[in-house]
Amino acid sequence: MTEPILKINHLSKSFGNHEILRDIDFNVYKGDVTSIIGMSGSGKSTLLRCINLLETPTSGDIIFNGENITSGAMSPTTYRAKVGMVFQSFNLFANMTVLENCMAGQIKVLKKSKDEARACALHYLDQVGMAPYINAKPRQISGGQKQRVAIARALAMSPEVLLFDEPTSALDPEMVGEVLSVMKKLANDGMTMLVVTHEMAFAHDISSKVVFMNKGVICEEGSPYELFGNPKKQETKDFLARFIER
Amino acid sequence: MERIIDLGHDMARIWAQYYPAYMTGVRNTLILAFIATLAGGIIGFICGILNTIPYSKNDPAVKRGFIAFIRAIVRIYVEFFRGTPMVLQAVFIFYGLPYFTFNKVQFTGNSGIWIASLIIVSINTGAYMAESVRGGILSIDRGQTEGAMAIGMNHIQTMTSVIMPQALRNIMPQVANNFIINIKDTSVMFIIGFMDLFAQHRNIVGINYAFFPSAAIEMLIYLAMTFTASCLLRFIEKRMDGNDNYELVLADIATAAGNYNFPNKGTPFDEQNREVAHMENEERINSEYVAENHFISQTPSAEQTETIGKGAQ
Ligand SMILES: Nc1ncnc2c1ncn2[C@@H]1O[C@H](COP(=O)(O)OP(=O)(O)OP(=O)(O)O)[C@@H](O)[C@H]1O
Ligand SMILES: [Mg+2]
Repeated sequence: MTEPILKINHLSKSFGNHEILRDIDFNVYKGDVTSIIGMSGSGKSTLLRCINLLETPTSGDIIFNGENITSGAMSPTTYRAKVGMVFQSFNLFANMTVLENCMAGQIKVLKKSKDEARACALHYLDQVGMAPYINAKPRQISGGQKQRVAIARALAMSPEVLLFDEPTSALDPEMVGEVLSVMKKLANDGMTMLVVTHEMAFAHDISSKVVFMNKGVICEEGSPYELFGNPKKQETKDFLARFIER
Repeated sequence: MERIIDLGHDMARIWAQYYPAYMTGVRNTLILAFIATLAGGIIGFICGILNTIPYSKNDPAVKRGFIAFIRAIVRIYVEFFRGTPMVLQAVFIFYGLPYFTFNKVQFTGNSGIWIASLIIVSINTGAYMAESVRGGILSIDRGQTEGAMAIGMNHIQTMTSVIMPQALRNIMPQVANNFIINIKDTSVMFIIGFMDLFAQHRNIVGINYAFFPSAAIEMLIYLAMTFTASCLLRFIEKRMDGNDNYELVLADIATAAGNYNFPNKGTPFDEQNREVAHMENEERINSEYVAENHFISQTPSAEQTETIGKGAQ
């Protein structure tokens, strides 16, 4: 088998005395769509934030394309530019227009020319259906539109992996669909994605692998078919049962 | 009523006689207040940035110690200048510096008075602004920093392109406040001989004892200055906010961007589904935004054409 693009080795994270993540171990291969599911507070966000170095892991390694990120072989900023992140709360730059949001990173970090950055930004904004809104400020567009811009902003950096932390949970129900369809399109087009989500149907449909987290450890992982259809662990069964009840 | 008419006459008489003096006062007051607010703002920004340098427990002790030291200095500066009257600070600096340096450093002549006044008012404003800026930076949602970090920006890039512009906008009301306070409070600089508007009043009434008419003139001038400043700064705030409206770009950028050889061509988001995305847009535009935007036209305007042109490069 080929080398994984991202290798998480025995990663642990504590805040003070609280161990939030314990011995997390998994691989992400190119083109994989990995969904991470689990109860609130099980450490899903913390795991994504560790992977993006927004939090410093307490121990363990993150290997990106064979390079150990946690040992400082690659600077965090260089690494982050290659691993995009889409947040639950969008985090679009409030002082910039939609277009500028998608250009800033290309110009400042990738040192592209303005014209080049603009063309690239327009391309991805068009793909997420936000091209007509390039002159709008984030406060002038809806939540679903913000999230699509955020996805375009991440894509404009040409990332090798995209991390999503509950990209639809801050959205009104009628806007969830537009964001999920963009993500689905991305997945079909071969983007490597790591998605924390509470949208089980979505996880079931687009994932190549589903990871179930419970109390800071990976409780069970497998194909969506296995994990949803035939969960092995009692915790997984309980969790899924609760979701179906709702 | 008659008294008011009398006052009007007296004011007119005094104004006719002394207006050059008043105008000199206005000029000096405005120059001092403007430069000091600007310089104070810059000092405030520097202090605000120094006060918000992030550090974590994992950083080496030297770095943490250095940051703590800087913060202590800024704190002392702020507490001292915010906690003592400016009029005394003026005396302290104007007479204190020559005293301690055995007259090697002294503020002589008109330029000396100007320099001393500028220094004192700037430092004072800076002390107030330091706290405003710190608050302005802290008030920016942490998500903004994380959004910037997530696309690979370093601390300086994050500060200059994301946090500072927003913090600056947030503290504009305080900048306006300080400017207006400075227009008025520069009057205490008479203590070291600065000839601002109020000092002119003291001079004029010293000659003719027309205390009240002159004071009335001064009141009107001060009000005019502060009100103008206040309107001007509001206008600047509005400008910083940008237009409430924005132009929808209806032209088919897709065609233009399609020529761009994007790095992932053939991978995520390639041409497929374009039709659908495009139709969705048009629908949304028609349903939601027609009412709000005067600019709805199917033919690209000159500006749009330019957009397309740039996109195609
Ligand atoms: N900065 C922090 N300091 C201390 N504790 C934290 C911090 N961030 C998260 N935690 C704790 O870590 C645990 C896991 O949080 P996390 O946000 O990763 O959960 P989650 O699985 O993403 O939950 P949700 O589904 O609600 O988003 C929580 O108990 C939380 O209180
Ligand atoms: Mg979470």
